[in-house]
Amino acid sequence: MATVDDRLPPGEDPALLAEEVHDPRRRDFINIAAVSFAGVGLVAVVLPLINQMNPSADVLAQSTTEVDLSKIQPGQAIKTSFRKQPLFVRNLTPAEIAAANAVPVNTLRDPQTLAERTKAGHENWLITLGVCTHLGCVPLGAGEGENKGPFGGYFCPCHGSAYDTAARIRQGPAPKNLVVPDYTFNSPTTVTVG
Amino acid sequence: MVRLISLLVGAAFVGVLAIALFGTVATAISDPAPETAEAKYHQHPENIGLASNGFFGRFDRRQLQRGFQVYKEVCSACHSLKYVAFRDLADLGYSEGEVKAIATQWAIEQPSVNPETGEATTRKNIPSDRFPSPFANEVAARAANNNALPPDLSLMAKARHDGTNYIHALLMGYRAQPAALLKEFPGTKTPTGLHYNPWFANLNIAMPPPLTSDGQVPYADGTRATKDQMARDVAAFLTWTAEPKLERRHAAGLASVVFLLIFCFLAWGAYQNVWRDVKH
Amino acid sequence: MSFPWAKHYEPKQPLMRWLDEKLPLPRLVYNAVGAGYPVPRNLNYFWNFGVLAGAALAIQIVTGIVLAMHFAANAGVAFGSVESIMRDVNAGWFLRYAHANGASMFLLVVYIHIGRGLYYGSYKAPREMVWLLGVVIFLLMMATAFMGYVLPWGQMSFWGAQVITGFFSAIPLVGESIRVWLLGGFAPDNATLNRFFSLHYLLPFVIAGVIVLHIWALHIPGSNNPTGVDVKGEQDTVPFHPYYTAKDAVGLGVFLLVFALLIFFSPNLLGHPDNYIEANPLSTPAHIVPEWYFLPFYAILKSFTADFILPAKLWGVLAMFGSILLLFFLPWLDSSPVRSANYRPTYRIFLIVLLLDVLVLGYVGGAEPIARNVVLGQIAAAYYFAHFLIILPLVAASERPRPLPGSITEAVLAKHGGTSPAKTAIA
Repeated sequence: MATVDDRLPPGEDPALLAEEVHDPRRRDFINIAAVSFAGVGLVAVVLPLINQMNPSADVLAQSTTEVDLSKIQPGQAIKTSFRKQPLFVRNLTPAEIAAANAVPVNTLRDPQTLAERTKAGHENWLITLGVCTHLGCVPLGAGEGENKGPFGGYFCPCHGSAYDTAARIRQGPAPKNLVVPDYTFNSPTTVTVG
Repeated sequence: MVRLISLLVGAAFVGVLAIALFGTVATAISDPAPETAEAKYHQHPENIGLASNGFFGRFDRRQLQRGFQVYKEVCSACHSLKYVAFRDLADLGYSEGEVKAIATQWAIEQPSVNPETGEATTRKNIPSDRFPSPFANEVAARAANNNALPPDLSLMAKARHDGTNYIHALLMGYRAQPAALLKEFPGTKTPTGLHYNPWFANLNIAMPPPLTSDGQVPYADGTRATKDQMARDVAAFLTWTAEPKLERRHAAGLASVVFLLIFCFLAWGAYQNVWRDVKH
Repeated sequence: MSFPWAKHYEPKQPLMRWLDEKLPLPRLVYNAVGAGYPVPRNLNYFWNFGVLAGAALAIQIVTGIVLAMHFAANAGVAFGSVESIMRDVNAGWFLRYAHANGASMFLLVVYIHIGRGLYYGSYKAPREMVWLLGVVIFLLMMATAFMGYVLPWGQMSFWGAQVITGFFSAIPLVGESIRVWLLGGFAPDNATLNRFFSLHYLLPFVIAGVIVLHIWALHIPGSNNPTGVDVKGEQDTVPFHPYYTAKDAVGLGVFLLVFALLIFFSPNLLGHPDNYIEANPLSTPAHIVPEWYFLPFYAILKSFTADFILPAKLWGVLAMFGSILLLFFLPWLDSSPVRSANYRPTYRIFLIVLLLDVLVLGYVGGAEPIARNVVLGQIAAAYYFAHFLIILPLVAASERPRPLPGSITEAVLAKHGGTSPAKTAIA
């Protein structure tokens, strides 16, 4: 910034200014340090501004759902909700279990056995999210009289994905089986999902 | 022209204010405002010095748990806590299981709908529930309380001036109405159904004394449950319900202040550096 | 615009050169707040407050947009949604306290900025337009702050809305209809809350727009300075960047430090406990007071207690609005050619009295209406009007100013003393 010095009016003693010449590297250091420090502060402030869009504590707290299984007859399914998403709870008949087990696993798009998708001792309880893994529509088949599709499980009307009695993808554009959430049996007739 | 108008407008405002001033002074002399019992006898709470005060303040969790016990066994009969959820109690140091037990064992159940019939019913509380209100609605609350409405306590420590100390002082403040007050201000006798308490804004509060004897709430941690101790503990608990993020706030504050002090120092250095050759 | 010796933008990087050719935005920034804006070299720390006000507005807009993602503008749930922000939203307590205290910081900074303008005569020719736009910004800020205070739907929110819209009912004949139109009902309710939220979201962007005009108007004559003497030549100025960006960084650091102390250690200091009680249309708080930044104007309103031709209520409302609107005429009320109060001994005394007067009004605005306070308020309100409408024009016409320095550089060198022959010239 020598230009400023040049502009000083006559009468000012240039010798006074000459004394104040510093090591240029130290000069720059403090400027760079101040600017970088401000940058760090800015990032620290931006984090909460981004984090506020994550689910809040009340939303996270409601992320478990208890389901009473006692009223669901074999062959029936109910639709309930888990984290504001539909949850299918299905009481499989022996025939449906047999149909699911009869499919060779290696022929599936997303290979999984029925046993892997249920809890030991409770193989008749198929609990999945009712969210098609294609683009998120709710498949049909959980309600009374709804179209269960060509494989007797669930059928998504949006783009024609068909799921079998183990809610595995068999036909159509969906890439994955219907998601099995974490759940535990509290008693033979109640489960806690989440 | 502007200045002429301004002189006139200015004179008008000043003139009207002079008239008003004359009126105020005349009234003050001829008809001075009488002293009121509230102004003379209302008292300000003393500081109870909680652990959560100050720059480094943190909650005393054992005290909060005791205060919660006082709320549960005394206050919750009439006062709701509607902005606080059972899950929030984890902050007081309760485990997940304990929180769940507190929720399911809570005396008042959560309003709900019978899934079979659709009729209104109640169910046990779960941790994600907010504390249920002891009364179905304001009318029911007033009907059960001599037409007084017990206020929600979630924010009480922030909703009154010097709220934390106020809660303690109010709970300890019940006493007989002084004879001097009645002598000085006849006609201010505490009406039946109300209770004299000089820490309450109008001196007469509808709430009967809630803490009546030492040992009323049997503390499990061995602290002697004197009335004063219970009042302190519940004041601490309500400070937490009003400001549950206080500890995080203090921690973030200390970090911010240290950071900004360093920034100010660096910015000052950069400022001196930039201006070193220019007199100003 | 600006001075002939202002530096010209010469992009070095090809990308910036390309951008500058297609859209001269870098050039605009360079000329507005970069090295292309020559600024008097003798500005003191009071000149930080314009930049600080801009920073405060930015903070309010950012935190406000984020809060709007969680706030529910419905009378049934607004209070609860604010509580859920405070308790459940990630870092919600920080955002909400930052926004609530940010409003106070913004107004505080703007009051100092206005005070700076009054003391150093920044409202005078050739900067009248800068001042007028500034008063417009101030009015918009007051409207925004008031409507923002209504949103949490606490007791003070509700009764503040009731009282302030009540001002309009003082207007003869049509007043009551205007009030009902403003509220969308006969008392503040859902309709009021919704429209206030809509406008509270809109107005900050209007403010930002007027700030652009304010800065644009400023760049034509250039910044004023503590001597009030015009810039005479290149030796009187330094480029805004890096000189004043560095100085503003110091100011910003101190500002943020005060702000952080408020947010983190005393977030409810400037608030009112009653606003933590949900709005109740059937019960008025014992003592309704506005936020601190409105207290002086509230005191003026309350001071008019006598009917004289017009009813007292109308006088109060007229005076309250008049106390702000008179600022629009200030450049023409003060005819003194000398800008800085440093060289106007008589005016300086009256100005300091005005500052104390406004503090007294602020006290009275928040105090209980006992006779002593009412008298104090009436005297203080009278001085407020007398100062601007009577004393200022008369002083300007009669005062003998102290001799001005020949130039900014001369004043600077005189301050530093020593070898300058310029010093002897003004001494």
